[in-house]
Amino acid sequence: MLGFLAIVLLGAPAAQASPQLPVPATHQVQPATAVQAQEFDNNIRGVLRGVDGPIADVTVTATGNGFEGKATSGPNGAWRIGVPAQGTYEVAIDEDTLPDGITLAEGQENPREVTFANTSSATTLFLFGEGIVSQQANFLDTLAERALAGFSFGLLLALSAVGLSLIFGTTGLTNFAHGEMVTVGAVLAFAFASAGLPIAVAIVLAVIGGGLLGYVQDAALWKPLRHRGTGLVPMMIVSIGFALALRYIIQFNFGGATQQLPGSQGEIINLGSISISRNNLTSLIVSLVIILVVAFLLLRTRIGKATRAVADNPALAAASGIDVDRVIRIVWVIGGMLAALGGILWAYYRPGVSYNMGQQILLLIFAGVTLGGLGTVFGALVGSIIVGLFVEISTIWLEADLKYVGALLIMILVLLFRPQGILGRRERIG
Amino acid sequence: MDFGNILVNAFGELISPTTAAYALAALGLAVHFGYSGLLNFGQAGFMAVGAYGYAISTLSFNAPLPVAVLVALLSSVVFAIVLGIPTLRLRADYLAIVTIAAAEIIRYIVTTNGLTDVTGSANGLAAFEGGFYGLNPFPPGRYNIGPLGMNERDFWIRIVGWSVVIIACLVVWLLMRSPWGRVLKGIREDENAVRSLGKNVYAYKMQALVIGGVLGSLAGIIFTLPRGAVQPANYATELTFFLYTCLLLGGMATVLGPVIGAMIFWVVLSLTQGLLYGAIEVGAITFLTNSQAGQLRYILVGVALMLLMVFRPQGVLGNKKELAFA
Repeated sequence: MLGFLAIVLLGAPAAQASPQLPVPATHQVQPATAVQAQEFDNNIRGVLRGVDGPIADVTVTATGNGFEGKATSGPNGAWRIGVPAQGTYEVAIDEDTLPDGITLAEGQENPREVTFANTSSATTLFLFGEGIVSQQANFLDTLAERALAGFSFGLLLALSAVGLSLIFGTTGLTNFAHGEMVTVGAVLAFAFASAGLPIAVAIVLAVIGGGLLGYVQDAALWKPLRHRGTGLVPMMIVSIGFALALRYIIQFNFGGATQQLPGSQGEIINLGSISISRNNLTSLIVSLVIILVVAFLLLRTRIGKATRAVADNPALAAASGIDVDRVIRIVWVIGGMLAALGGILWAYYRPGVSYNMGQQILLLIFAGVTLGGLGTVFGALVGSIIVGLFVEISTIWLEADLKYVGALLIMILVLLFRPQGILGRRERIG
Repeated sequence: MDFGNILVNAFGELISPTTAAYALAALGLAVHFGYSGLLNFGQAGFMAVGAYGYAISTLSFNAPLPVAVLVALLSSVVFAIVLGIPTLRLRADYLAIVTIAAAEIIRYIVTTNGLTDVTGSANGLAAFEGGFYGLNPFPPGRYNIGPLGMNERDFWIRIVGWSVVIIACLVVWLLMRSPWGRVLKGIREDENAVRSLGKNVYAYKMQALVIGGVLGSLAGIIFTLPRGAVQPANYATELTFFLYTCLLLGGMATVLGPVIGAMIFWVVLSLTQGLLYGAIEVGAITFLTNSQAGQLRYILVGVALMLLMVFRPQGVLGNKKELAFA
């Protein structure tokens, strides 16, 4: 029985630890779709493993959305079917092609429905062997597992949200281009890594690049606008124009496809009865440390105090000798660095780098910031963690492709009853 | 490079049903933002409500055309009220975030696989336009508008689309010069002053939100009819941002501004596409692929939106005194 459990648990890591192995050839059944399966951005995949190891040369088919794809499992048991669109597919394993003596475990649905959940790949595992019943996780374990993943996701959001909130607090700007600052981090990390740099160096360079983007943005765009006395709503619309321009500049250079950062297929770590991927755990620790550092800087250093003073009342801060423009410049640089780091972690969380990845979480970042109270840094942290937890935990009941809806609804409800957010002050809503 | 063809294509965009839909939706935004100062970033959501309301009532309930249109408009009224209750008391930037979130919620809901039977999920719905083309009084044949030839279906949708735009412009013009419209403009300038005159600011804002939303959902129907399909990907936040570009191009507190803005938007997009593709074809530009040329145009849209907002916030037709912000 233990051996069987091991199969269940090993199935996924085995698939992910071997991304460099040749992908089994896929071919279209329908002549109408003459595109090569590999060209599709979305794919359904899995690994076939029996008691004695991987099972090769088994035919798997996926049907749905007017498309039919077919794949054969490779020597490591892995199979992958490229599909044109995300959606629900019926995945079937051809039991005639299974080696002698190997049958699907009891209770394993074949064919079964596989649904994409806002990511570019969907994984499904078929279990083999007699007497195996797939382990029905108990509710508390599922909850704990989702909560851990949600905490990791929430902290990742918090990185970007803290930057956004700092910028809002000091300048009053609701920055719609923050999503693109997130994307830039991941895209730069991908560019440096594919130029041959080790991933750690690439990440550091990408974060520095994000800081530079923040600096240049402030110096070339926002500072002149502030000095012209541009209102907050026009600045917000300018940031939308900037976001559009930046998004398509990224797509112009990066292309429309989804790429993977090195090491994006991490292994799964088991903590007691719950499991989390190594990448998610690393992401959780990294963002926790960084946020603690930012909190320390804000609470204990001169520049942190100056930042809070500017956020509170720029005119008074300027009168007491604080260089407001310098503080805002530093806030933009730090905001850019945090957003870039958030983008890299988001690329590992999804997983994948694409030109519109930042836009996808921009509203969740906003939700985190507004939940906590616009302009309050610790509010942004608390709000983001709530959003992250809510998104992940809601997948227990909600369809996975609706998981963002719950977070956005919560934001609207909070604004209804407590418009200043959880930690915000009444006066800020004007 | 065929300049004649490029110009004909640009002229085609000038009168295309998509331009009519953009003009109508931007007119709705003018009612929201230009006249009332409501920063609605969820116009794409209103368009989606209109398009899906029409398509679902036609396909799932076999509703005849007038009923389907009525259902679409009523759903957008309901959406506006549901959206307005929590948000209209909030400051402008909160309102922007909530409306953009509401539009995205609509898009996630029509995309979800759980509702595939009703909404068709990511693939959307198709084949609901029969009732509309069934009303076509023009016999089959070729029809010419200027240098542009088209069949009777394309001719019919253009006639209907632009008639709706003209009627909507008239209605908005009449509304805005009525006492009701003056109160609305007063709210835009100084909410508290209007409140002190004993007007119910909240109710006026709600009425403006509903009227602009109804225009948006009409635009959604006109947008989706010539395509013969409604797909959630068409109603993402970028659509709203493009509408804002149209609105700001033309002038936000004007009736004709959004229409002219939408025309400029599409003609410029078509011209740049024609010129870039032509230059790539003859080898004058070698450093761009066709898809990069497409993205270059949208980079220009973003830059244009920034420059407009900074240097000419009143747009082509607008009056600088009538801005929703100081």
